[in-house]
Amino acid sequence: MLLQNSTCRASEGQEIMKWNGWGYSDSRFLFNKKGQAEFTGKRYRLSGLILPSLKDWFEGTFGANLQHRSPATPSLNLSAVAPPHLNQPFVEDLKAAGLSVSHDPEDRVFRAHGHCLHEVFALREGRIGRVPDVVVWPSCHNDVEKIVELACKHNVCLIPYGGGTSVSSALECPREETRSIVSLDTSQMNRILWIDEKNLTAHVEAGIIGQDLERQLNERGYCTGHEPDSMEFSSLGGWVATRASGMKKNIYGNIEDLVVHIKMVTPRGVIEKSCLGPRMSTGPDIHHFILGSEGTLGVVTEVTLKIRPIPEYQKYGSVVFPNFQQGVACLREVARQRCAPASIRLMDNEQFQFGHALKPQVSSIFTSFLDGLKKFYITKFKGFDPHHLCVATLLFEGDRGKVLQHEKQVYDIAAKFGGLAAGEDNGQRGYMLTFVIAYLRDLGMDYYVIGESFETSVPWDRVLDLCRNVKERIVRECKERGVQFPPLSTCRVTQTYDAGACVYFYFAFNYRGLSDPVHIYEQVEHAAREEILANGGSLSHHHGVGKLRKEWMKESVSGVGLGMLKSVKEYVDPQNIFGNGNLL
Amino acid sequence: ILSYPRHPVLKKRDDFEDVLEERRRSSDLRYALRCYTPTLYKGLVPCKVSMLKSIVLQSDHLQCVIKQVSSESGDSTECVAEEASLILDEMAHRMQLSTVRFFVFTLSKAFKRLFRSVCVNEEGIQRLQQAVQEHPVVLLPSHRSYMDFLMMSYLLYMFDLPLPVIAAGMDFMSMKFIGEMLRMSGAFFIRRSFGGDKLYWAVFSEYVKTMLRKGYAPIEFFLEGTRSRTCKSLTPKTGLLNIVMEPFFKGELFDVSLVPVSISYERVLEESLYARELLGVPKPKESTSGLLKARRVLSEDYGSMHVYFGHPVSVRSLAEGKIKRSQYNLLPRYIPQKPSVDTHEFLNDAAFRLVRIQEENMVLKPWVLIATLLLQNPDGMDLSSLTEQTDWLRHLALAFGAFLDWPDHEACSEVISCSLALHRRLLSVSAGHVQLSVTDAPQVETTPEEAVFQRAVVVLSCASYRNQILHVFLRPALLAVAMQSANSSRKDDIYNCFNFLRNMFSNEFILCPGDSVQDFEEACYLLMKRGVLQVLEHEIVMSASGQSTLAFLCSVLEPFLQGYQVVCRYLCEETNENLTEKEFIPAVRSFCFVSLSSDLQKNALAALLRLKAVRKVKV
Repeated sequence: MLLQNSTCRASEGQEIMKWNGWGYSDSRFLFNKKGQAEFTGKRYRLSGLILPSLKDWFEGTFGANLQHRSPATPSLNLSAVAPPHLNQPFVEDLKAAGLSVSHDPEDRVFRAHGHCLHEVFALREGRIGRVPDVVVWPSCHNDVEKIVELACKHNVCLIPYGGGTSVSSALECPREETRSIVSLDTSQMNRILWIDEKNLTAHVEAGIIGQDLERQLNERGYCTGHEPDSMEFSSLGGWVATRASGMKKNIYGNIEDLVVHIKMVTPRGVIEKSCLGPRMSTGPDIHHFILGSEGTLGVVTEVTLKIRPIPEYQKYGSVVFPNFQQGVACLREVARQRCAPASIRLMDNEQFQFGHALKPQVSSIFTSFLDGLKKFYITKFKGFDPHHLCVATLLFEGDRGKVLQHEKQVYDIAAKFGGLAAGEDNGQRGYMLTFVIAYLRDLGMDYYVIGESFETSVPWDRVLDLCRNVKERIVRECKERGVQFPPLSTCRVTQTYDAGACVYFYFAFNYRGLSDPVHIYEQVEHAAREEILANGGSLSHHHGVGKLRKEWMKESVSGVGLGMLKSVKEYVDPQNIFGNGNLL
Repeated sequence: ILSYPRHPVLKKRDDFEDVLEERRRSSDLRYALRCYTPTLYKGLVPCKVSMLKSIVLQSDHLQCVIKQVSSESGDSTECVAEEASLILDEMAHRMQLSTVRFFVFTLSKAFKRLFRSVCVNEEGIQRLQQAVQEHPVVLLPSHRSYMDFLMMSYLLYMFDLPLPVIAAGMDFMSMKFIGEMLRMSGAFFIRRSFGGDKLYWAVFSEYVKTMLRKGYAPIEFFLEGTRSRTCKSLTPKTGLLNIVMEPFFKGELFDVSLVPVSISYERVLEESLYARELLGVPKPKESTSGLLKARRVLSEDYGSMHVYFGHPVSVRSLAEGKIKRSQYNLLPRYIPQKPSVDTHEFLNDAAFRLVRIQEENMVLKPWVLIATLLLQNPDGMDLSSLTEQTDWLRHLALAFGAFLDWPDHEACSEVISCSLALHRRLLSVSAGHVQLSVTDAPQVETTPEEAVFQRAVVVLSCASYRNQILHVFLRPALLAVAMQSANSSRKDDIYNCFNFLRNMFSNEFILCPGDSVQDFEEACYLLMKRGVLQVLEHEIVMSASGQSTLAFLCSVLEPFLQGYQVVCRYLCEETNENLTEKEFIPAVRSFCFVSLSSDLQKNALAALLRLKAVRKVKV
């Protein structure tokens, strides 16, 4: 039974989350009084630890200085939020239908953004743009049907909201929207409805958050194995709507491989398949109109997913390569032999050093001695140049015997490319980095450093060229735009496929002395995307298009392709009820 | 980057420094043996000559073409691969520092005897040093003499820059010993024509691209394709330019720097050789013995030489907005692809602009002005009036942005008499009267034809100096002629006329395709600034004081107009239906002998073909 009046039920999530940054309020990086970096809270492996090398890395990489602070506005200034533009009859009807509704400014602001740099930067400065006028929390599929029906009746704009981790401006309210904007928050639709152990499937409501889904399945001895870097906060519906990709896709597949059945409510009605058959030849797969539709066609309410028994054994690993080229060649060979572990990622030299800066204070002399010995062995004995070497992180899963066998196979391939096994610890730290990187951005923003990540997918033979050119383009664009200190421009290959790889870039710079840093940031990111496309990379591997990359859609899928998508939208949603303006 | 400033006059150029000065003071041998530590490209992948060869032969591109050729011809792939390997052997350079040192030693000696000074803009060298580290570099020197590439390598050695690999014509290979020497100092040899030979093209392009991608060495080639016999820049070729740009288009390189280099000679070594060639005496075949015979050139004074290293031009910025690199996304990059129409247009445009930069940075000597005047006055001039007019022309040329090397603090008459002395072989001075003539003692039995021929040699030699300054006057001169022939002061009429002339002469001069309006505006601007014209909204009016300038400018183009007229008349009056291209030049030459160089005739025919006034029928 849901409460009717509901600021408090706006969900437990919102209470414990930052309103103007990434993740949990209790978890953040800071430089303590001694100038040492530490990570607060208790949630992560790094929590409560001191990171002695982070300061030097931070100051050295960005030319930043702990004296020069750029703190965020401490709390939301409610008067900066425009009063809601309510469609009263619609709100009345919602309430009459027993749905929980809010037009509290905090609830509305919280759902008005994703985590693009410009969105978070504006929040930190206390600038609030157009925000949804109403938030509504359906608790089941039928609620959603009701809401969509009412939205059509009263002609309001619906924007589905899942975990709020979008990095494509997908949650931004379109400026030109004159109707009342309603944020449809799926967070209350978070139940696993059934688990079918015979077919290894689970039927789940789409609002469930990744870590909850995984935890609840684990309790029953299962997992989906879908672990996008955002899985602590992102929702199942969001994964479907953006064609998400998980770290362990080599074993479990990406979201499109995982779904068996999708139920979506559209203004035309409910779209779903009639059975749970594992594959069909029934014309174009209608799931593919839904996957990646980015909330423009309707709300995904329920999804049947494949599940797997929890693997018996998990093992991290890492390999050091003398340079990035060798590393890429190794990954390519692993993909050729189709023996990729659950996850294999290759960080470039800059990211390797970044990872090192996050090493916590070592507890014993013995560990530090061991570290020194390792370093000596790699750089002096093996002759690796510390400014060129790079590291691949590995994660193996399965039954123990097979994992060990698999591990050997991969290390043998690595050895052919000059790779040296570098221990489980380095591997695990590499994966941790992806979970804390977003927190680190908030730290950077406290000291005049802004940055973001973006990704692409590219055929194998172009990986090296694309990485080099995009990184160099970023450096050059920053220089041309008056950025004083060379930016951090780094990449890693995060997924391998038969025909290519997914490449992920981090880009950050010190913006002291720049009058409009966000604009410069956006120009550089734009140039970097142009460079990606010119080098044979895709518009996006898994972040999606949103509004941020819309301008390239036609070029990416051809005029006819775009026309097809438009005509689907035209049929499904002629009133443009799902008017978030993404994609098309 | 390559757009011209609207005010070409304000162009700032670097200062020169004489590099021979130091050579005259210290030991050449020690210099040749000194420690040579060139600045290197940051992305350099060190690679031996032999390695280079196997990389090229193993490349996906070449392997792909070998398979193609093998399946088309029915020969086994091994057989085709063997052929490719032979082609590469014939082509590849074998750079060796010891040979370079030998050249450095001998060239030091030779240059000191030939030239009074060799001047280089050191700022240009510094820019090059910078550029070499950042991106692979392509050197694009102008080509007036065989000296050009020797001088280039010499200078790069001198400034501790990486030695270039140079695309040279196969002709040199026939010079047994010298050919190999050149090969060992970085020359690689390409056949003059290999139009349809897929395998040859693949080996050649892969060879060049591999060196570029590895940052092995700067690639040097001549946009003009061959030495200009007329000292007028030749219409650039785009084949090699495409090859060096492709690694950027395909994303294999972040950028490539193109460095136009302008090499100007006060006296070209091949001066009279060229004139003879233009008059139909076949070019002597390159041979070692020929070279030894040419030793006598060493005893002459060739004045000074200027080498200007232009600003590096980034291919990336050049292609910005013009080349859609994603067009290469859908085909594996090793599969050869003909350049698209857009790419071709871009290459052509870029090539023209690069040659324009070469032209603009060519240093002009006072003699160029004198030669221009003497050619306009076939009966000669009094020294005093020559002095006066040269001075006037000097100011006009400067106002139009000429890069004139006029000695400071020297009286005009002094400068002129120096120039006359240096070029005494082309003129006669008696009783204060200067005239172009044959000064060699007339042989006892000269037939009238031979006398005419001798005279034509002098005129064409002289014209090759005038030609050096044509690019300065070209646009205003086209406007002047257009005004004269338009019979109207309406701007539109004049522009149409200008455009027609420009079109007609676009094989003759370097006129960037599509720049018609820009050129017209530039001409108007220059003449207006000079007070020659008033440009109103719809009209162009001559100023009273502008008469002499316009007359001069018209006579600059006069010989070309006349020449084209002769060609047209010949084609109208004489020709039988089946004139072959081969017969054309001798036929025109006998139709009107005097002052018609084969270069002009070829250009005229090409223009007429292009304008569809003449049709080419394949037999």
